[in-house]
Amino acid sequence: MANAPLPPPTSRPQTSRAFWRDERFIQVVAQIVFLGLVIWLAVTAAQNMLGALQQQGIALGFSFLNNGAGFDIGEALIRYVNTDTFARALLVGLLNTLLVCALGIVFATVLGIAVGVARLSGNWLVNRMAWLFIELMRNVPLLVLLIFLYTAFFLKLPRVRQAVNIGPVYLSNRGVAVPWGEPTEAWPVFIYILIAAIGLAILVALAMRLWQDRSGRPKPVAWPSLLTFFGISVVGWFVLPQAPLSLSLPAITGFNFQGGRTFTPEFLALLIGLTAYTAAFIGEIVRAGIQAVPKGQVEASRALGLNASRTLRLVVFPQALRVIIPPLTSQYLNLVKNSTLAVAIGYPDLFAIAGTIINQTGRAVEMIALIMAIYLSISLLTSLAMNIYNRRVRLVER
Amino acid sequence: MSATTPTLPQPANTTVLPPPTERYSALGWLRKNLFSTWYNALLTVVLAVIALLLARGAIEWVFTQARWEVITTNFRLFMVGQYPAAATWRAWACVALLALLIGLSWGMWGRGQRAGAIAFGALPFLLALITTDETARVALLITGVAGLIGYALSRWRGDGLRRVSLIAWVLYFPIVIVLISGFGGAEGLLPQVPTNLWGGLLLTLLLTVVGIVFSFPLGVLLALGRQSSLPIVNTLCVIFIEFIRGVPFISVLFMAQLMLPLFLPDVTIDRVVRAMAGIVVFSAAYLAENVRGGLQAIPRGQYEAAKALGLNTWKLMLLIILPQALKAVIPILVGQFIALFKDTSLVVIVGLLDLMGIAKTVLAQPDFLGLQAEVYVFVALVYGVFCYLMSAFSQRLEVRLNTAR
Repeated sequence: MANAPLPPPTSRPQTSRAFWRDERFIQVVAQIVFLGLVIWLAVTAAQNMLGALQQQGIALGFSFLNNGAGFDIGEALIRYVNTDTFARALLVGLLNTLLVCALGIVFATVLGIAVGVARLSGNWLVNRMAWLFIELMRNVPLLVLLIFLYTAFFLKLPRVRQAVNIGPVYLSNRGVAVPWGEPTEAWPVFIYILIAAIGLAILVALAMRLWQDRSGRPKPVAWPSLLTFFGISVVGWFVLPQAPLSLSLPAITGFNFQGGRTFTPEFLALLIGLTAYTAAFIGEIVRAGIQAVPKGQVEASRALGLNASRTLRLVVFPQALRVIIPPLTSQYLNLVKNSTLAVAIGYPDLFAIAGTIINQTGRAVEMIALIMAIYLSISLLTSLAMNIYNRRVRLVER
Repeated sequence: MSATTPTLPQPANTTVLPPPTERYSALGWLRKNLFSTWYNALLTVVLAVIALLLARGAIEWVFTQARWEVITTNFRLFMVGQYPAAATWRAWACVALLALLIGLSWGMWGRGQRAGAIAFGALPFLLALITTDETARVALLITGVAGLIGYALSRWRGDGLRRVSLIAWVLYFPIVIVLISGFGGAEGLLPQVPTNLWGGLLLTLLLTVVGIVFSFPLGVLLALGRQSSLPIVNTLCVIFIEFIRGVPFISVLFMAQLMLPLFLPDVTIDRVVRAMAGIVVFSAAYLAENVRGGLQAIPRGQYEAAKALGLNTWKLMLLIILPQALKAVIPILVGQFIALFKDTSLVVIVGLLDLMGIAKTVLAQPDFLGLQAEVYVFVALVYGVFCYLMSAFSQRLEVRLNTAR
């Protein structure tokens, strides 16, 4: 800092240290030694692995993915037969994983917010039941929950012929059949109408927001926008010459269901288990987030004349979100990672199919590397998306 | 709320009345907490009906329909798996030792927790009354007595034993590992029990203990590496931590099971040990992040003051920074250990016979086909009790650590 030249040291002639006692030198050497050690370990392990693989007559490489898979998959979102390649089987698994994760995240968020708000409810019964749910879910391993749901509930349902009938819904040990829309010829056209409706709804919302900003008075934003969407959809539905979806009701024929849509026990057990388990954690996060908003904020907002719902929507929630988003992100990531437990109940997710491929081909190294790479990318993409959202809700400071 | 007394100067002659305490009758409580508004009343009624139906169904199932003999017949299997009967005393020794330690600590730190102490102290004796197995009864009585001795010791010597009991806790876990595994081949004082005979709750607990004991130092080292200013060390630690945290636990377990033998072809590593390696690596990465939180909470002044006192980097870390950082994150670490305990259930997927694995084998016995509900409710109960106790302990700990400030 001081630019003035220091006076030369007078009484300490031996200030220069030997270079090996210089801290900077030690740091550099220590790091080089550390790096060397890590590289040596990695190289030794890799060499051992290659040697062992050579003895087994396996050469590393991903070309085997183009071979025929030869095994069947219980449920697939895309067309799949057992003569397709391993790569396609993996794609089926990936899509199944993504389906369960996406639905799980949505349901767990909704249920989690409900549980979190219930924990704060003044109603004693609601409060205690939410507490019981959270404690139950948090103190039992997810695997136990999943296997319990699968083997002790879904597989214990009666056979298809004696299926439990609740309205149009059938519960059986082969799955749960629900009414489902069957797309007709008008369906592709209707999709365009839906897209147009969403576009218009967004435009309406923007216009209302603009009007609100211009006039400086609160204007309804959500209602007109939703109304636009549903109005256009309903009109589109009836204007088309044929209804875009025809209702298909499940019925028991022989040993299986006909019509409707049947969800397998594996899928339902996994989805319900993941949702309930994650919702308990999200519930605690939501509760902590809402409690983190100082009481004065609510009082000030009420004093300004905002009603209860506006206080919650405009004052409490935006501030609670800042506390909620980071732990919520890690819960979403946990859900994605926990979805691999599907392998324990036989739902053909990415990990289960990779396990089957390892058993069939013995290609453990490649498959584990591939699996880890895929889950790592899903994790990184999820946290990237949540970080962008987090930046938007973050406290804006000068 | 009522603790904040007004600091305004009071006129001398006015008596300050205590704030009115809320007092209401049973009916008033119901009005306030269950039927305050019409929708609250509706919610209460609907939920009460659902809760009653659920509770009735559950109680009916537990007491009339469930066939609990699947648990009582296989109880030993659930607890210790295939662990040899001749060596079961070692597992009991671990339990008795644990009781001694709990008694010792309770007497020191758990004052004022009288109801809990009585319940805990009476538990072994109650269990001894219930059990039908003679050896188990004797062992439970010894356990109960050990707990009482510990409690009495701490009340008698009190604070003199504080340090001793802390060291004993740290030593307890390695002692357990040595006691259960034994050493020196099949002969001798403690004949070795091969890990493939470990099973049931014993294996679950041992996987947890090994995970804690070995992942803790590794996690601390990783956290220090991540905080380090040395670029190479820092980068390698960050890559390792983020990689492990980004992949599912099962894939780490699979990697340990399938690839460890490939990495070390000359050594045969047992399945259980491979699983332990996976657990340690996985847990260390998560621990490292928790410890990092503690490290970041230490103000810079602590570093600077220690440096000014002439401490070198190692002494600075070991004597000044780590003790404070670790103390700050103890409750979080306990939470991490609870998660680890629950996660060990995943070893069943790689074919180990932990509590879940035993449950599977029991359900494969022809006598007990189709009793999944009973078996998994029991397993869930065991996990639930352990987790609940640990989290209750961690909450107590949190309160204590806060008041110490």
